[in-house]
Formats: sequence, C-alpha cells, structure tokens
Amino acid sequence: MIEVRQLTKRYGEKTAVDGLDFTVEPGTVTGFLGPNGAGKSTTMRMIIGLDAPTSGTVTVNGRRYAQHSAPLQEVGALLEAKSIHPGRSAYDHLRAQAYTHGIPRRRVDEVIELTGLTSVAKKRAGKFSLGMGQRLGIAAALLGDPATVMLDEPVNGLDPEGVLWIRNLLTSLAADGRTVFVSSHLMSEMALVAEHLIVVGRGRLLADTTVQNLVREAGGDLVKVATADPGRLRDVLAGPGVEITGHPGSEQLQVAGLSARAIGIKAAEHGIALFELTEKTVSLEEAFMDLTRDAVEYHGTTEALGRAA
Amino acid sequence: MTTTISTPAPAPAPAQGTRPVYKVTALRVLRSEWAKLWSLRSTWITLGLSVLFLVGFGVIAAVQFKSRLDSGERMGGDFAQSTAVSLSLFGTMAAQLALGVLGVLVTAGEYSTGMIRSTLAAVPRRLPVLWAKAVVFGVIALVVATASVFVTFLIASGILSGTHAGMTLSDPGVVRSLFGAGLYLGLVGVIGVALGALLRSVAGGIATLVGALMLVPGLISLLPTSWQDNISPYLPSNAGQSMYALTHDATSLSPTAGLFVFLGWTVLVLAGAAYRLARTDA
Repeated sequence: MIEVRQLTKRYGEKTAVDGLDFTVEPGTVTGFLGPNGAGKSTTMRMIIGLDAPTSGTVTVNGRRYAQHSAPLQEVGALLEAKSIHPGRSAYDHLRAQAYTHGIPRRRVDEVIELTGLTSVAKKRAGKFSLGMGQRLGIAAALLGDPATVMLDEPVNGLDPEGVLWIRNLLTSLAADGRTVFVSSHLMSEMALVAEHLIVVGRGRLLADTTVQNLVREAGGDLVKVATADPGRLRDVLAGPGVEITGHPGSEQLQVAGLSARAIGIKAAEHGIALFELTEKTVSLEEAFMDLTRDAVEYHGTTEALGRAA
Repeated sequence: MTTTISTPAPAPAPAQGTRPVYKVTALRVLRSEWAKLWSLRSTWITLGLSVLFLVGFGVIAAVQFKSRLDSGERMGGDFAQSTAVSLSLFGTMAAQLALGVLGVLVTAGEYSTGMIRSTLAAVPRRLPVLWAKAVVFGVIALVVATASVFVTFLIASGILSGTHAGMTLSDPGVVRSLFGAGLYLGLVGVIGVALGALLRSVAGGIATLVGALMLVPGLISLLPTSWQDNISPYLPSNAGQSMYALTHDATSLSPTAGLFVFLGWTVLVLAGAAYRLARTDA
C-alpha cells in the first residue's frame, strides 16, 4: 500500500508535483497515467526516497520508505532511467543488491530465471539490449520478494513478446495480493492490465478512478437509437438515471444510462421498430485525451502548420 | 516468483509469516560494497597499476641509483642524498593518482552510470553506503599499498646493500616510514571516495584530487615567503609526505603531526560528502 498525501515537489520555479493525494491499494494493478512531464517519475522517485518532497508525505505500508528495516522487501522499483553499472554482470549486480539485505543466492538465481536472463546473466550489463536491460531492472525489483512492486514505464522499448510477458507478470503479482503500481503515458497499454487508474497532468491529480468509471465519466456508454416514433420511445425508456437527447424532427436519439440490450428489449416489448441501435463507447484513449488536454506540457503544432500552409 | 504463497487470487497481502525476514545491516552493506568493487574490471586494472607503479618505479630507481654510483657518474643533489627508503617510495606520486582516481570512480562512477539509484533504493538511509565505500576501499588501498612498499623496500635494499644508501628494516624509522606511506595511500583512496561523492562527477573528482595533491603545492610558491612557511606544511600533499619521510626539518611536520593534519583533510572532505549525500536528491 502506498499513501501519498499533499505531495509537492518544486525544482526552483518549476513545480513538478503539486499537492498529489492518492492511495494505491494492494491486490490490484494500479495504473499511473499522465502525459510526458506530468510528474510521474518524480512521484515514484519520492516514493522510494531518491528525491525528498518539498512538502507533504509519502508512506509505504505505513512508514517512510527509508524507515523500513528491509526496504527491498517493501517496495521493488524499476525506474525509467537506467540504474545499473554497465561494467558489472547482471548476476553480480543482483548479488550486490542482495547482500545488503541478506537475501540468499538462491533468490538471485530465482529472479534471473523468472525474468529469462539465465543465458546472459554472466555478461556485462552494458552489452544488454533495451529489453534485456528492462528484464534485469525487473529482476532487481522482484529480488526482495516485495509487497509492493512499482514500475516506471516498464514496456518502453520492449518487443511484443516482452510486452505480453510484462502484462502477465503484473496481473500475477496483483493476484498474489501485492500492490502493483505501474506508470505509463499510453492509455491503451494501461487499459489492458490496470483496474484502477490515477491520472495526473502537470503534477496535479486529474482522476483517481477505475477504468470503467473513467470511460463513463468521459461520456461513454452512449447508445444511438433511430426509430420512426422517437417521442414514444422516449416515454418508454424514461426512468431514473436515464438521459435521452435528440433533435426535434430527427429520428435519432442518444440514450445514456441504458445498455443497447435493455433498449432493444424495451422497444420490442412495446412493439417499436428500431432502425439503428449502436453502442457509442468512448475509447479509453479519447477519455484520457479529454482529461489531460489542458495538462499536456508540449502540444503538437500540426494545427498551426496546417493553417500556415 | 514466490513459491510460499499458495492462497488463491484475492489474498489481502502476502502472508507475513511465510515471508523470509531480511534486514539491512552495516555489515551487509560492507559486504555489498566489497562485492561491487571486485566485480568491476576497472578495479583490478587500477589496483594492478598501483602495484606496478610502486614496485616498478621503486625498483627502477634503486637500480638507476646503484648503476650511477658504480659508474662514478655525478648525481644531482637530491638524488645523491637518496636512501633505500626514499628510493623504494619513488612510485608513491604515481600510485596516489591511480588509487585516488579509483576512489573517485567508486562513488562518482555510480552517479555517472545511474547505479546510485539502485544503491540508494537498497540502502535508503544513505550514509551507511558512504561509510562502507570509504572503509572497503580505504582498507584495500592501504593493504595493497603497504604490501607493495614493503616488497619494494626488500628488493631495493637488496640492490643497494653495501652502498651508503643501503638500509634494512631494522634501521630506525624504516618500518614507520613504510607504514606511513601505506597509510598515506590508503587515506588518498578515502579522499578520492569522498570527493567522488561530494562532486558526483568523475571528471570533477579527478581534477580536484590532482589539483589538491599536485598543483596547489606549486601555486603556493607564488605567495610571499613568510606565508609559504606557515601554510605549506599543512597542505594535504606536504602533510602526507611528512607521514612517510624518513627525516623531517624545520619546514616540515613530524610524522605524527603530518598524520593528524592529513587525517583532518580526509575527515573534512568526508564530512562534506556525507552532508551532500544525506541532504540532496540523488
């Protein structure tokens, strides 16, 4: 469990993290989403004490990370930036990390095997491909058998097989009852693994919600219906939590709060013929873009270019 | 993956009882730093160079001295005054560079590669890392240097026996000088470690080390003479030389005073390094 309270980090004039407040619960995969420069990496660095907050607190399983007697057993972290010495072999790197905690050699062998590094474990880590380096980072994160696993952009630079491997790993770690906290700037990737989402932009919390809720709030689950008698259909469908919109004189209605299936059944019960019945789900990507539009640091300038041309 | 957790999916948290109990201790951090140091090729190369400088230069100096003496060639003032001790410590200047640079690499190298993030994630209290690095590398530098100067002295004294420079371990001050040189080089290693942690840059650390040990004594000669006499003996390099010089005069410190002054410099840089490590973001 990670608890972030009013967490703020300023670098001179620039505020990287601005009063963040959220809790990451065990047993599920929590996605940490935001455009580039939103403060995700800084927040993660503060969680494991690499950066000190300007104000606010962050605790892991009830205490500051540095106050734990076996930190690697509390949080296993993969940071975005490379955190190895290229001249050291993967095995030696993990072994050195293990020594600090008295983690046995057996466990080092286990994580090497788990991450598929057995054949290259004795090679200098500087010679590793991006994917191998990422696997080594994950091996290091899992070394202490941590209750919380925190990965910053773990799928960056991985091939499809590696991406799939990460997805399965995250899901199985959460199923073990661990707290899994994964950052990404790709909504589509998060949608596949995360149940819970924490969305940030410009260091501020934009949403702390589930994947389903995010879609719903962004205006998703709208159903488009077309019928010869929209007035009657309106009366039939009306009810608590149901919102119906449509233009006068048009055969089309937009219904929110009812599934396409429910609408179809009700229409059939009342003998109303439907010409069209379409679920208009907002994609997660759209929902995310909506949410973060104002918070994107670096907007593309295609629009301006287009106008100039 | 854990094999101990067999509870099906919605287990609240990995059961505490079945998890192994790990703990960070000072001794384990030492063990880790020891393993880190020896698992890099640069350590072996640089330590090898230090040994080569100490033994090689010392033996070459002794051989040169002997052959010039035998051929009756006139020697410059300083060289003519040489003893078996001063000749066998001929490589100290070069070796201090190698050991100091390796010390800088031990800490600053972690910043330049990003390894420091892994290190501090494992030991987030931070200071134990600095102490462990200083102790591990200081002791290794001390042992390697001391062993090298003793070996060099034994070879050199063999070459020089029978000349006016010839000495044996039983002569007064010889053993003290040789241990002094070993201790000096060990402390140079610690200063390197501290400079690397203070500046977090390999280039900056090496430049500062070279400047402090080799350039500053030269620059001091630009000062008025009365100032020079007051400042000069307390410079790191000169205080260090007092530690292993066989004799001292009015312009230099006694070996014990030299040791304390040099220790003072070491503690100063180490304190600066500790302050920066504990206070600033990694």
